[in-house]
Amino acid sequence: MSTRSKPPRALREFAHNLKQAPGRFVDTMFRSGKPNTDRSRSTFVFGNVFLHLHTVRTHRWSLRWSTTWGLGMLCGASFLITLITGVMLMFYYKPYPDVAYQSIKDIHFVVPTGQFIRNIHRWAANLMVVGVLLHMARVFYTGSYRQPREFNWVIGMGLFVVTLGLSFTGYLLPWDQLAYWAITIGANIAQSPREITDALSLTDKFDVGGLQRQLLLGSDVVGEEALIRFYLLHVMILPMALVMLMAVHFWRIRKDGGLARPDDAEERLGPPPGDSYPVFTEAPEKTYQLAAVVKGRTPAVGDGPEQTVPSMPHLFYAELGVFMLTVLICLGLSLWADAPLKELANPMVPENPAKAPWYFLGLQECVSFSAFMGGVGIPSLVIIGLGLIPYLDREKKGTGCWFGGPGGGRLVAWSVAFGLLSVLAIETFAIRFGWLREWFPDIPQLVITFVNPGTVLAAVYAVYSLYVVRRYNSVRAGALALFTCFLCGFVVLTVIATYFRGPNWHFYWSPADWPTH
Amino acid sequence: MTTNPQAARSRLDPEPVTRRDVLGILSVWVAVAALGSGLIGMLRLPKAAVLSSPSKKFKVTLPESLAAGQAYIPPGRSVALYRDAEGVHAVSLICTHLGCIVKTSGDGFECPCHGSQFTAAGEVTKGPAPRALAWHKVTGAGGSYIVDEGATVPPGTRAQV
Repeated sequence: MSTRSKPPRALREFAHNLKQAPGRFVDTMFRSGKPNTDRSRSTFVFGNVFLHLHTVRTHRWSLRWSTTWGLGMLCGASFLITLITGVMLMFYYKPYPDVAYQSIKDIHFVVPTGQFIRNIHRWAANLMVVGVLLHMARVFYTGSYRQPREFNWVIGMGLFVVTLGLSFTGYLLPWDQLAYWAITIGANIAQSPREITDALSLTDKFDVGGLQRQLLLGSDVVGEEALIRFYLLHVMILPMALVMLMAVHFWRIRKDGGLARPDDAEERLGPPPGDSYPVFTEAPEKTYQLAAVVKGRTPAVGDGPEQTVPSMPHLFYAELGVFMLTVLICLGLSLWADAPLKELANPMVPENPAKAPWYFLGLQECVSFSAFMGGVGIPSLVIIGLGLIPYLDREKKGTGCWFGGPGGGRLVAWSVAFGLLSVLAIETFAIRFGWLREWFPDIPQLVITFVNPGTVLAAVYAVYSLYVVRRYNSVRAGALALFTCFLCGFVVLTVIATYFRGPNWHFYWSPADWPTH
Repeated sequence: MTTNPQAARSRLDPEPVTRRDVLGILSVWVAVAALGSGLIGMLRLPKAAVLSSPSKKFKVTLPESLAAGQAYIPPGRSVALYRDAEGVHAVSLICTHLGCIVKTSGDGFECPCHGSQFTAAGEVTKGPAPRALAWHKVTGAGGSYIVDEGATVPPGTRAQV
């Protein structure tokens, strides 16, 4: 009787377990329980494969807005947005000439939310380019690339290049006028080493330019082969490269001891808030043992652990804030302006003027002086020069301070003035008086390749920076001068190409002055 | 020390490389070399062996009314044809700078992309173009000609009218 009135133990256990399953499921997923003590907050971070790219505790200096302005997170967030919207667009996009254009039209006019998603994709990509530039400037001006973070700066250069590559391959895909002529120009820039090999009569034996163009286009004309290659680069090769570089970039931030901070960060921060829980109370010897086997300095040893706060919630809430802000900016911009789509590609008639998106217009201005130096030479020199900065500036003073502390701001201001003046002077001269070929019609091409407004500007900046190294007796000062000049040159060339170049790349004060045709 | 090397060695010193380790390291490098050369071989794939470009030869009939010095651009082709007393010649309209299509402007050509300017014979007068516009091979006589966009001839080479 008793066995009938009372179910067997195993059956009761089954019912009990089933009832508890949802709760247990969550517990086993997160393991550490609610992150409401220092210990559970720590396990919350290091027990999670995604979060453990972060340290368990974060220095208070790193959490100040003026340390980073959240720019790195902005880049990461906008990448995530482009990734998700990009995958959405792949549902409908067809990488085949003419069909590609029609599929973008479909995305605009037929696909539910299609145009809005494309707008977000486009604006997030633009925001990412801005973010990468500003983030690079922030890291540079706070001297955060120095030992032990040199290599992470180089990884950052790689991320910068891949970001631009993704933007470039992205605006090629709609197969509109912009896309077609951008592929044409891009492929011919890849071919531009011929400017050198032609001048040296080497092209027959050693045609690196032609090889590059053929690898890019998969053909000797811009067509279906080229489009599928750029599609492959845009949706597979470059995103994978970017994700891998990002993983290394983030991991090394952690391994290099968090963000750079000035030597006097402790004094400038003041004592930790009264309600903060001290780090070394319960098991100090354990912390030290752990730290002792790790090579180099860790945030826990000799760096004032009392100035750190748990990453959960302090860092993660800040990151979530920046992420939400990025989403907000992208949505706002997408509601405000639609992603452009020009007419179907016409291989017979380039647009006039044929302008690249804004971030390549500075480059287009350089290319309008010489294809090889403007499109290959100067960009390579800039990337190499930027990559070398941490290996040339090995000073210690001023790390983590904006502009390297007192006096730096003045030098940067002077460099801005010099950078702006020299680029404006050279551009004005070239626009007003022309360049070598107009004065000496028979001049060899090699001379123009190496002596043109773009290379002269680069040389002027280099000489000025060497002068600053000498004048201030500091490599850091020279680096500040060079980077500032580079930014000024980039901005001015971009502005001139955006607003003051009209049909046939002539200079006009306003589009109202453009000739009618 | 020679009698008991285990006792003398600190745990921070590296162990001496034994013969087995040499073989191990060697095998790692052999593996790296094999994978590396395999990858380099794979890179041969993206370089197309057959280029899928359309035929570059086309037939054209010049209009009767074409005056000397006046350019005739066949529809859908980036070539300008001229007929004068010396014969017929074809000048490529593909800019030698970055491949945009130049437009006739006055006596010569002007590129819309980066502002290179050329004479009617294709000589560069202004801008970043590194070379003169190419002249293409023209064959035939009477009103009909075959232009080969794949064949470049020295400037001044003309087909007889």
